[in-house]
Amino acid sequence: MAQGIKDKVAILGMGCSKFGERWDASPEDLMVEAYNEAMADAGIAPEQLGAAWYSTHMDDVGTGRGGTPMGIALRLPNIGITRVENFCAGGSEAVRAAAYAVAAGACDIALALGVEKLKDTGYGGLPMTTVGTYIPQWYPNAVAPANFAQLASAYRSRHGVDAALLKRAIAHVSVKSHANGAKNPKAHFQKAVSEETVLKAPIIAEPLGLFDCAGVSDGAAAVIVTTPEIARSLGKRDLVTFKALQVAVSNGWELQSNEWDGSYVHTARIAAQRAYAEAGITKPREQISMTEVHDCFSITELVTMEDLGLSDVGGAVKDVLDGVFDADGKIPCQIDGGLKCFGHPIGASGIRMLYEMYLQLQGRAGPRQLSSPTMGLTHNLGGQPSQNVCSVSIVGLEGA
Amino acid sequence: MIGITGFGGYVPRLRLSRQAVAQANAWYAPHFAARKGTRSMVNWDEDSITMAVAAARDCLGAGEDRRHVRSVLLASGTLPFAERLNAGVVAGALTLDDDIDAIDLGGSQRAALSAVTQAVARVRAGGGDVLVLAAEARKTLAASAQELEYGDAAAALLIGQDKVLAEFLGAGTLSVDFVDHFRAAGEDIDYHWEERWVRDEGISKLVPRAVADALQQAGVAPAEVDHLIFPSSFAKMDAQLAKACGIRAEAVVDPLFAQIGDSGLPHALLVLAHLLERAEPGKVIVLAQFGSGAQALVFRTTDAVGSFRPSRGVHEWIARGAEERSYTKFLAFKGQLQLERGMRGEQDKKTALSTAWRHRTALLGLVAGRCEVTGSVHFPPSRLSYDQGKPLQDTQRPYKLADRPAKILSWSAEYLSYHPAPPHHYGQIDFEGGGRILMDFTDLDVGEVDAGSAMEMVFRIKDVDERRQFTRYFWKATPVRGAKA
Repeated sequence: MAQGIKDKVAILGMGCSKFGERWDASPEDLMVEAYNEAMADAGIAPEQLGAAWYSTHMDDVGTGRGGTPMGIALRLPNIGITRVENFCAGGSEAVRAAAYAVAAGACDIALALGVEKLKDTGYGGLPMTTVGTYIPQWYPNAVAPANFAQLASAYRSRHGVDAALLKRAIAHVSVKSHANGAKNPKAHFQKAVSEETVLKAPIIAEPLGLFDCAGVSDGAAAVIVTTPEIARSLGKRDLVTFKALQVAVSNGWELQSNEWDGSYVHTARIAAQRAYAEAGITKPREQISMTEVHDCFSITELVTMEDLGLSDVGGAVKDVLDGVFDADGKIPCQIDGGLKCFGHPIGASGIRMLYEMYLQLQGRAGPRQLSSPTMGLTHNLGGQPSQNVCSVSIVGLEGA
Repeated sequence: MIGITGFGGYVPRLRLSRQAVAQANAWYAPHFAARKGTRSMVNWDEDSITMAVAAARDCLGAGEDRRHVRSVLLASGTLPFAERLNAGVVAGALTLDDDIDAIDLGGSQRAALSAVTQAVARVRAGGGDVLVLAAEARKTLAASAQELEYGDAAAALLIGQDKVLAEFLGAGTLSVDFVDHFRAAGEDIDYHWEERWVRDEGISKLVPRAVADALQQAGVAPAEVDHLIFPSSFAKMDAQLAKACGIRAEAVVDPLFAQIGDSGLPHALLVLAHLLERAEPGKVIVLAQFGSGAQALVFRTTDAVGSFRPSRGVHEWIARGAEERSYTKFLAFKGQLQLERGMRGEQDKKTALSTAWRHRTALLGLVAGRCEVTGSVHFPPSRLSYDQGKPLQDTQRPYKLADRPAKILSWSAEYLSYHPAPPHHYGQIDFEGGGRILMDFTDLDVGEVDAGSAMEMVFRIKDVDERRQFTRYFWKATPVRGAKA
């Protein structure tokens, strides 16, 4: 039986660039911005880094492939740099690799950095991608909003939810995230919006409107990890440690069999259960202080509350509308604004989620600081509901 | 006895309002103001191949076994490929056997009738059943008479010897270089000579000769003809022909121009299919078409004529029409209006032909893999089954999905990407008996479907690679629709 990651690896430092339409910055500049902050926070020199993992998804509009773009941008001292790509969950995967390297004793201190430069395409929305030579010959020319909007029609059908009620619930998801993002100076969108504005926005993919969709942003985020012992030897106190690092990946069952009902994300349920087991969490609704989930679209966040066991199956509409996941609710979600408002530079997002958990746990989140959180969960989903990579990570104060 | 053993047709759902066209062009061509009715128009994802497949499916039905079809003759003046056997694409979509003969024919408006005579000869020679398909989707100049008069459609006849519905009695043919219109290779649009000359010197002199020859071969007197099919967009041309041939005026069959327009090459077969849906036994039918000469065929319905029903039939295709009042949509779908596509419209649609060949049965025939141990259905087929925790290897056998009932598990309609007919609808389709595909939807309006809606499969254009002029095809889901009351 694997022992798991719990309390074996601590966060030594983190950094995150300003997210948004960074017309001023190249991906290399964004990397430097996140890296500088993380290195200053960690208080170490580049020579102390043993290895690095580099997450970026859209290489053709970003930095290109391989580990060299990061090595050159950050002038790292010829350490091993591995590029990680796992759809939108790549950031979390880079963290997992770095944490495993430290836990294994392969290196003392490791860096994970994610970056994405999405705004050099010339058009709105995520860049278009190609998927081999076979899939384009039969699969729809799918786009993320319509892929995730599938959840809405299936959820309505599965739970008998009225279309107007579901639309209002997912509008609340976005209203909440905008309210949170308004308090985050690094967020792409820092303006609160009304429910009416969200409901009346132009439709992007039925039933999702403009405000049901996350920001398409440029940005970078970085984390430096080490063992708790080394962190303490470097003078760190109030350590934030990893409690669980889990990933579940689809094998085609949802996509091809007739058994999945389309109203939830199968891998998220699996990853969540594994993460709770790894972290020793038995009552997530009481033990998880806060979450940063993959709210690429409002409907994704709503069903994720059920997938993580924070709402009963079929109960998320009520919980969302009751404010359970608002900043002043029982389990605040997207306290930094989430993908919706902090933004979604794909390869960086998983690390950005971790950044907020880290700041909150250390009491450094400024005007959006929650009261004494002890355990935070990040949920980072790549792909689409019917075939995806889902990462669930849990971090908390050492010993919590 | 050799003759028609099955028939079918296809008329696209969209029916362009002639009034809408006349109004849009009134500033330029006010003389069309009085035009009434509709003409059929292809959706953006339809062409002569897809329509031929639809007509063939209407004729062949949902039966699994199509081994009796030994040849496919595809007649059209608007085939998408000059080099690549169009009939071969159709045969693949119909999951016909690899060792059939498939032939493209064209060159004149009477090519569909030529295909029928060739089919009869093949059957007579012991070649098995022959599927005759005819389809056209012609382009026209804006504000032309043809734009209003033409239509897009397809027809199918199965020619054989088993349970003959209408016996082939004879044919008459004239092959002469009478050029009433022409279209050079590589060009899109026909060039027409003066109507009065075509009527007087062409149709009036040539077609009666072909009809007379056909009747003589059939051993049928003109007065014995019960139905005369002669599609011509020239007013009363069919009645004049009947008179010239000595055929009773009542025998003239309505050419369906009010709803469909003149589909051209396939039109006589389309009207024949429509007629056969309600024909009585013992009726003599003459069908003729004009083009580089003329051709006429004579059939007599048998006692079995009422025993066959196409899947839908031309009556139902006509009834399923949806009036389209957007003239610019018509131009856009015909490739005659350059719309702003945005940068998302710049995506390269290059097709890997080696990949397409490797997966040809899945792509063209919508053939899945069904595990012979568990019965689980996989699309696309794979070596390992998806059975959770116990994947089985190399247990899947070909399993056709195209004719199986299906319904929507989930859907959306998006406005983000470039799509020729926004919004782009797609969703997860579950097949009765197993199988699930995330696939494009077509021929529907927003709000028309939801989770649980019944859908059926249609063979359509998936993408057009405009850089290399390659069209790739796949199947899409469309709402199951009954005929309107």
